Amino acid sequence: MNRQVWRTEAGGSGIDRGEPRSFTFNQWRLEGYAGDTVASALMANGVRLVGRSFKYHRPRGVFGIGAEEPNALLQIGTGARREPNTRATVQELYQDLLAQTQNHWPSLQFDLGSLVNAAGALFPAGFYYKTFVTNPKRWLWYEKHIRRMAGLGPPPSEPDPDHYAHSNAHCDLLIAGAGPAGLAAALVAGNAGARVILADENPALGGQLLLAPQQVDGQPGQEWAAAAHARLAAMPNVRVLTRTTVSGVYEHGHFALVERCTDHLAEPAPHLPRQRFWTVRARDAVFATGAIERPIAFANNDRPGVLLLSAVRGYLERYGVLAGRTAVLFANNDSVYNTARELAAAGMRIEAVVDPRPFVSEAAAQAKADRLHVLSGHAVVGARGWRSVRAAEVAPIDANGKVKGVTSVLACDLIGVSGGWNPAVHLHAQSRGSLAFRVDLAAFVPQSAGAPYQSAGAAAGVYDLAGCLQQGYAAGAVATRALGFEQADEPLAPPVISDPVGNAPAFWGVQASRGARCFLDLQNDVTTKDVSLAHRENYVSVEHLKRYTTLGMGTDQGKTSNVAGLALMASKRRQPLPTVGTTTFRPPYTPFTFNAMAGGRWREVGHPVRRTAVHDWHAANGAVWTDAAGWARPMYYETEGQAPQQRIDEEVLAVRQTVGVVDVSTLGKLDIQGPDAPEFLDRVYVNRFSNLKVGRGRYGVMLREDGRVFDDGVTMRLGPDHFHMTTTTNHAGAVFQFLEYLLQVVWPELRVFVTPVTEQWFAAALSGPNARAMLADLAPEVDVSNEALPMMGMAEGIVGGVPARIFRLSFSGEIAYEINVDADYGLSLWNVILAAGVAHDLKVYGTEAMGTLRIEKGHFTHAEADGRVTLGDLGLDTMISPAKDCIGKRSLSLPDLVAPGRKQMVGLIAEEGSHIPVGAQLGLNDDLETPQESQGHVTSHAYSATLGRHIALALVRDGLARHGERLYAVSPVMGERAAVEVVAPCFYDPEGGRQRG
Amino acid sequence: MLLISCPWCGPRDETEFVYGEAAVERPADPASTTDAEWTDYLYFRDNPKGEHKELWFHRSGCHRWFVLERNTVTHAIAGAYPPKARPVTEDEA
Repeated sequence: MNRQVWRTEAGGSGIDRGEPRSFTFNQWRLEGYAGDTVASALMANGVRLVGRSFKYHRPRGVFGIGAEEPNALLQIGTGARREPNTRATVQELYQDLLAQTQNHWPSLQFDLGSLVNAAGALFPAGFYYKTFVTNPKRWLWYEKHIRRMAGLGPPPSEPDPDHYAHSNAHCDLLIAGAGPAGLAAALVAGNAGARVILADENPALGGQLLLAPQQVDGQPGQEWAAAAHARLAAMPNVRVLTRTTVSGVYEHGHFALVERCTDHLAEPAPHLPRQRFWTVRARDAVFATGAIERPIAFANNDRPGVLLLSAVRGYLERYGVLAGRTAVLFANNDSVYNTARELAAAGMRIEAVVDPRPFVSEAAAQAKADRLHVLSGHAVVGARGWRSVRAAEVAPIDANGKVKGVTSVLACDLIGVSGGWNPAVHLHAQSRGSLAFRVDLAAFVPQSAGAPYQSAGAAAGVYDLAGCLQQGYAAGAVATRALGFEQADEPLAPPVISDPVGNAPAFWGVQASRGARCFLDLQNDVTTKDVSLAHRENYVSVEHLKRYTTLGMGTDQGKTSNVAGLALMASKRRQPLPTVGTTTFRPPYTPFTFNAMAGGRWREVGHPVRRTAVHDWHAANGAVWTDAAGWARPMYYETEGQAPQQRIDEEVLAVRQTVGVVDVSTLGKLDIQGPDAPEFLDRVYVNRFSNLKVGRGRYGVMLREDGRVFDDGVTMRLGPDHFHMTTTTNHAGAVFQFLEYLLQVVWPELRVFVTPVTEQWFAAALSGPNARAMLADLAPEVDVSNEALPMMGMAEGIVGGVPARIFRLSFSGEIAYEINVDADYGLSLWNVILAAGVAHDLKVYGTEAMGTLRIEKGHFTHAEADGRVTLGDLGLDTMISPAKDCIGKRSLSLPDLVAPGRKQMVGLIAEEGSHIPVGAQLGLNDDLETPQESQGHVTSHAYSATLGRHIALALVRDGLARHGERLYAVSPVMGERAAVEVVAPCFYDPEGGRQRG
Repeated sequence: MLLISCPWCGPRDETEFVYGEAAVERPADPASTTDAEWTDYLYFRDNPKGEHKELWFHRSGCHRWFVLERNTVTHAIAGAYPPKARPVTEDEA
């Protein structure tokens, strides 16, 4: 049984009556046809009520026919694929589609939330500001109720199972919109040989040609459009993108496009991305984005059954759907008369055509002669009905739009409204084009002078078909000629048969009677009264108006409502509309999912993990990972049944008592060469490197230009003009960039090359009392004696069978060697080390143990040198060579850097059995309740298995002079406190005998 | 996204580059500057509405620093050239 009782017997150029599609709407099983949208299919089944409004929970129906739709927002799909807030007017129907309404409780038909409607006076514009500004605590109570009452559909809670793609493209000319103007521009540019991308948000090209019966070149409009599509598709230099929205316009010819690849398919192939995000660089662009019809405000103009007039016409032409049985059409322009004839011919009863213009146009006179019931000089002042329109209240009006006579009631179930059109200037405005106000159209149009891109057709305020084609051809020709294509001849526009247009004078709404609501913004429930209230309360700037009333917010961004709201504000301010201006147009043009923007760039692809040569060994041996500058580094190695701290303690004690090995490949490494390399290092580091002997290394610190510590590390001299610099893991990139800055910008006369070689080397550090004996086993040909390879010495030779550089340096305070080999040999060396270690009680350790060892030795890291700290603050200013300048040195004598009261690095030791809270501040007492002045803060802390105590490094005001003092580490956040003693920052072997031995 | 013409590599997406800072000259002899002159160099930058000379680094490319003349209002790029090099005029190009 065909229940599509609102479907016409024939017609509907966009549907295939041989291809029925059944779908589910809430609990109902309904039928439509291939080519339907969800909106047209619902209307064909006589469904009027499709949702409840955002704030007042008023019943709402389909209002428009495309991207402008404010009302018909549905949830499509189920589970993880449920997409809320989908416009039913653009969602294509497919077999077994599931559509559900949103924002109502308990049901669509009976929504308790609509009680808010009766209490509407309690929820005026600015409700939130007024209610919560004096007592924010009220919000806590109200929030959960308001959040349930107001709002759109909830997002799915499961991860998105679909995948998304990014594409990049270049073209000579991007054309946004494939209505008559866009098609014409594309044909000209394509014929001239330009690389063209033509994008349209709909599944078929043609724009308005598809939504009203017109003729081009002797053909029905949609056939001409289909032929143009076929011609363009045959051109190798033209790419046609359907279901693709030009969403954003950015600098230098950068455009963002969103293509919906599978949202219209019942069973998409798994390899297809759901959506594709296009980044297009275009040399030029034409915006042929059409115009959006605007409503007229009258009482209860939000009732289901009040639709835009062009939508009523479009549903008949495209989908063979009657939007009602008995219509009152209300329009201030001549498009209504042909529409009325078409609807009547399809079987709709036209109760009246209400034309508010104070004169009788030629088209109106003709319609009267054709026995249409035309009420010139009248307006619809109200709609009756609740879940559907039942009647229109019509009254005569004077030239100023004021009601001046008796209101009559015309029974009807449809009110089609047209207040003229607003060009879709969004892309033009995004491209920083300015807008001009045309009084004859009562609309903002693109200001072509100075605009970076042309607008054409209705987007430029040209509403007649012949004019759209002519302007499209012209825009295509102008663009291609400017791009240097020779044969861009502008063809003559073909003859057309279309509507008389006539200008639509400004007519935004009728005077409301007391208590009635005249809606401007259907999606956000903003009425004319809200705008008046905003004006009374002095929110008169358009940007304030938007935020105070929410006019023009939401998923439609006021496509049908903005200009009318601004016009009302302008009249309240007694200023012309252009003076009041518009809010800023920002991307995106229509909403799209974040995942399209992310594309494939998420998880590992979005944030690639840097792996050292022995990553897989770490992973197989229980590594618990941490991220350091993108590197995966083991914090410690897990074993079943052992607490993490126990593992870390074992790793620390191995280094102190036998020997440990740690993967230090992540340290930044720079190969520095050139005759001026020694001079360069002298200028970069605070200490001198030009007097370093070949084959020796030195610990260096570099400053920022403002005198704060930037980075540190050991640099070895490999030859007279050749150095191997190490940096911290975190700053490897920044140091390289800074050195290049100095060499290229500040001292281009220095002959130095810097090459980052971090990834080229694998490095393992052996440390502990057994390290030397173990190295001797590993490198029998290398003399590892203290005389041949002393602290800060280096050797080259074969280690574990592969060529290696051995640097003797120590971070742990024990005898230590850093073995560097080609990264490709890393795993081989690592396995050799582990095998040799068996005889020496070797243990592998991670960054936690390494951190504990360095805290015990009082070595700073970026936790201490946090960008505010000088070498003096770290107690290391004796490193600074007095005999030479270096980066940052000039700043060290600035008043703030020598003033007393600076935070300086100290050690902290906790009392036996107590620990130092994470993130603790240091105070003079342990009161957690009463605020006290901070004496400093804990920067790094650890349990020292070596000492059996909790220790920390801290920055304490004037800390160098406070050794021996008792302070309290307090963490009001954790509710923890501990008494600590301030000590020198080195807790272990302060003379350094162990590492030199 | 800006389209930046690296003087060595040609036009590339902004994502390949990192912004360094305003193209200001480092004092040749910092020791001879007064505190006021030095802190002016360190901390004080013009924030022009319009033409701005700035240093960019082609991080995902040739590792070269260069001067970019960019209009901070329109993003129009007037030129890109090596630091301390004179921009090539239209006649010379």
